[in-house]
Amino acid sequence: MTAQLKTQWQSVCSTADLVEDSGVAALLNGKQIAIFYIKKLDAIYAIDNYCPFSNANVISRGIIGSLKGQTVVASPIYKQHFNLETGQCLEDSEVTLNTYPVKIEQDTVLLAI
Amino acid sequence: MNTATKKNLVIIGNGMVGHHFVSEWQKQANAANWQLHIIGEEAVTAYDRVHLSEYFQGKNHAELAYCTEADYLQQGIKTYLGKKATGIDRSAQTVTLSSGEVLNYDKVVLATGSYAFVPPIPGYDNDRCFVYRTLDDLDAMKAAAQGREVGVVIGGGLLGLEAANALKSLGLKTHVVEFAPRLMPVQLDDAAGGLLKEKIEDLGVSVLTKTATQSIEKTADDRLKMTFAEGEPLETDLLVFSAGIRPQDALAKECGLELGERGGVVINDHCQTSDENIYAIGEVALWKNQIFGLVAPGFRMAETTAADIAGEPSTAFLGADMSTKLKLLGVDVGSIGDAHAATPGALTFRYSNEHKGIYKKLVTTADGKKMLGAILVGDNSSYDTLLQYHLNDIDLPAEPDSLILPNLGSNAAPALGVDALPDTATICSCLNVSKGDIVSAIDNGCCSPAEVKDATGAGSGCGGCSAMVKDVVNATMEARGITVDKSICEHFHYTRQEIYHLILVEKIRTFDELLDKHGEGLGCDVCKPVVSNILAAVWNAPVQNREHVKLQDTNDAFLGNMQKDGTYSVIPRIAGGEITPEKIMKFGEIAAEFNLYTKVVSAQRIGMFGAQVHELPQIWQKLIDAGFETGQAYGKSLRNVKSCIGSTWCRYGVQDSVGMAILVENRYKGLRGPHKFKFGVSGCTRECAEAQGKDVGIIATENGWNLYVCGNGGMKPRHGDLFATDLSDVELIKIIDRFLMFYSRTADGLQRTARWMENLEGGLDYLKDVILNDSLGICDELEAQMNHVVETWECEWASTLKDPEKLKRFRTFVNSDEKDNNVVFVEERNQIRPATKDEKLSLIASA
Ligand code: SRM
Ligand SMILES: Cc1cc2nc3c(=O)[nH]c(=O)nc-3n(C[C@H](O)[C@H](O)[C@H](O)COP(=O)(O)OP(=O)(O)OC[C@H]3O[C@@H](n4cnc5c(N)ncnc54)[C@H](O)[C@@H]3O)c2cc1C
Ligand code: SF4
Ligand code: FES
Repeated sequence: MTAQLKTQWQSVCSTADLVEDSGVAALLNGKQIAIFYIKKLDAIYAIDNYCPFSNANVISRGIIGSLKGQTVVASPIYKQHFNLETGQCLEDSEVTLNTYPVKIEQDTVLLAI
Repeated sequence: MNTATKKNLVIIGNGMVGHHFVSEWQKQANAANWQLHIIGEEAVTAYDRVHLSEYFQGKNHAELAYCTEADYLQQGIKTYLGKKATGIDRSAQTVTLSSGEVLNYDKVVLATGSYAFVPPIPGYDNDRCFVYRTLDDLDAMKAAAQGREVGVVIGGGLLGLEAANALKSLGLKTHVVEFAPRLMPVQLDDAAGGLLKEKIEDLGVSVLTKTATQSIEKTADDRLKMTFAEGEPLETDLLVFSAGIRPQDALAKECGLELGERGGVVINDHCQTSDENIYAIGEVALWKNQIFGLVAPGFRMAETTAADIAGEPSTAFLGADMSTKLKLLGVDVGSIGDAHAATPGALTFRYSNEHKGIYKKLVTTADGKKMLGAILVGDNSSYDTLLQYHLNDIDLPAEPDSLILPNLGSNAAPALGVDALPDTATICSCLNVSKGDIVSAIDNGCCSPAEVKDATGAGSGCGGCSAMVKDVVNATMEARGITVDKSICEHFHYTRQEIYHLILVEKIRTFDELLDKHGEGLGCDVCKPVVSNILAAVWNAPVQNREHVKLQDTNDAFLGNMQKDGTYSVIPRIAGGEITPEKIMKFGEIAAEFNLYTKVVSAQRIGMFGAQVHELPQIWQKLIDAGFETGQAYGKSLRNVKSCIGSTWCRYGVQDSVGMAILVENRYKGLRGPHKFKFGVSGCTRECAEAQGKDVGIIATENGWNLYVCGNGGMKPRHGDLFATDLSDVELIKIIDRFLMFYSRTADGLQRTARWMENLEGGLDYLKDVILNDSLGICDELEAQMNHVVETWECEWASTLKDPEKLKRFRTFVNSDEKDNNVVFVEERNQIRPATKDEKLSLIASA
């Protein structure tokens, strides 16, 4: 990691736009990003919306959950699972989605890409 | 090792036993040193001949077969199917085929089985005469029965009655002609044969015993006229010979192997023929002057031979038990051991109940201590127990007749639980699996009857031992304190059915509540939709509600099916397939406005495809304004009710099938189940609505409706079972209410009714008992639950459109009004379709 690069936070939406325990998609600098909020863990995740298995922008519409201790989203088309923290695909070790820093401040969701 | 140095093993005959030999052979340590050659006269790979009759119930070769030709080839075996072995040259050690090919051999296994004996009655070789042995025979019979009325079977033995059942299932008026004084003369005594005859006649099959056929003549109108030694002649459309089997020993005879006086290739205890390099197994083999016309002994011979050729120590073949348990035309028949009490001094005990049509006979040794044999007609419930007494030489209770008397309170037969059986007890005689084998399979990690079946083969032959295998598995597991793991996923250690009960009994309303009380982790894409479905079925909770929407697959979450490019389909309900011209036009207008691809889908309604998430509410608002409602094409719920025009328009219709289709579609449209379900309603038996291929099929009769259940199209088609006949509208609805609710309660997640039925213990009879006779006493509850679902129905799209909170989700992006620029269409046949990856690239490049 390059220490001198300061994370550039951009506001994306308000917490009211999120759907608890489920996802929404955001468009930031022309890039589609899926954002998930898990209430039980009070955790928010940002990951690519593009699914490389179906070549469609659908990850935000997948079901989230846990598998063998990892927090994951299942792509809605062919059901591969991706670790929400690392982007690693559980079914295919060669596929990883990008994940992005994301946080909530007051009622605003902030994302850095 | 290269092929040139391998030894050659030629198996002639690819029937049940020939195939069993191959699978036994593959277990041998030095199998790899040999090249196998399989010659089979039938064009297809070996199949389960014992269940041949199921071909008429809709099974095809693939379902009856043990493997495909590709499976053989993959194991490095050479196959010659559809070819006959025509000669064996024992000095040159070669086998010649009908194709002219010549194979060298080191060893030969003759597994040519037997052929049906056709008595040389004048006219026997007529083109309307058949035998009942191969799939080809059945195809020929089926073709000849087309549009015909009457069929006759000559021979009232076990196979003859199977053949009679087949003729009956082809819709023919069936007669059985038997030369002996009773049916199944080998296995039954006069009393039992007489009772069987009565029962079969009750089913509409007429039986002529003591009748010798003298001639068969073709009539001018392409039928057959049979004349008998005594009595009136009989006219029939086709004739099936089932007068016994004869060993297929022509090859052996021609090359000079020793044969029995009445045929059959003579073998020793190692299944070797008079030439040590040639073995014979199965129905072609004659051991101690006996031919064994059952699969189990053939399988034993195959095992002995495989070990012997491989040079392993082999268990000698020492004969086999010929007990049989059958359901002939729906009548239970069992025969064990010395059924005719031929052993000197044997004692006989008999129980007969003319009212219920039951006959039981027990044969014991003179001292009454050991069992020798038994006959059962009309009730096979004690067969398994009796067979175990016989096979394991277990001491009989002090009053042996208690084993065959009905269970009338205090004199109940002492149950012979599986615990009482020794480890050596044979549980599956087809595959020779003992209780000890099952126990050790469990020691090695098997946890269910299915796994034990895979590991040991138990139950994969005639299937008669399945109940017993299950008992042994369960008892063994229980004794070890192991509970069987049927969890739906890692988050809930319960089956779908158990979760259903927890939700119902503990009045659980949300997934989170269930997870807190009974689960672990966060849940996943398996348990969430399953639980959501149960919640919807039990409480009719709208899947779009805040606490449920996160549980849904995208299809349920967005009330449309996601297509390959991430867009959705829009399929409104068109109940019964009936639609006004105004509505069709409205439909067209909306599709044109949003530029959607439009198609009449295969479920008798119209669909639009290619809508993006943010467009869905706009499209549905217009549809709802035009009087449409959701078709729930996305839900595990009622899809469509397919109908034909019925008595309203069709000259043959006997009831208003469209009216009924609309009625049932509207009644059940709100119900969510373990999987989707579909109905069909036909206005008469011509069945234009294909109702028998649906989960619920309704076919009009002169007097009302016939109901079929558990049909399926899809991946593994199944014809529905006739469930109840001539029902009034009210009765029909009542039964369907119960049926659907019971399915919804007890099926596994994603199990259609067809698979549910196939796995339901007790099958159709059990289901009838529960639904029609209320044997569990739950029918009131089922009906009440269904009424609740019907009363609380609302269109999911209408309620979503009214709720801003729900609509929040229908945005392509939370922070922008742009569309997904990766959704790209091209035009084909005047409509849109998704662009391929290459098309997208070139479109973007040229933009
Ligand atoms: C649109 C349609 C095909 C068409 O172009 O006409 C269709 C499309 C799909 N079918 Fe179907 N089926 C359609 C009628 C049928 C029929 C015919 C019928 O209903 O008369 C059958 C066979 C009858 C039956 O179900 O017994 C059928 C048997 C299946 C199966 C196999 C089910 C089985 O039990 O084996 C699946 C797979 C599944 O459900 O797991 C399936 C699944 C699907 C899915 C959901 C596949 C998927 O996951 O994407 C498709 C969704 C497309 C969509 O947007 O709705 N579809 N599907 C048909 C209309 C659906 C509707 O509700 O209006
Ligand atoms: C309708 C029916 C119901 C039955 N029910 C039962 C039951 O409930 N329980 C039970 O135990 N048994 C039952 N049987 C008997 C059981 O099917 C046989 O015992 C078993 O099939 C014998 O196996 P096999 O391999 O010896 O002979 P088959 O299965 O007959 O196989 C012999 C094969 O060899 C082929 N062949 C013959 N000659 C040649 C040649 N020269 N070259 C190449 N190929 C050749 C034949 O075409 C055939 O495919 C039933 C049989 C039928 C027909
Ligand atoms: S048959 Fe297959 S491709 Fe065609 S609609 Fe059904 S699921 Fe899709
Ligand atoms: S006894 Fe025939 S399969 Fe087990």
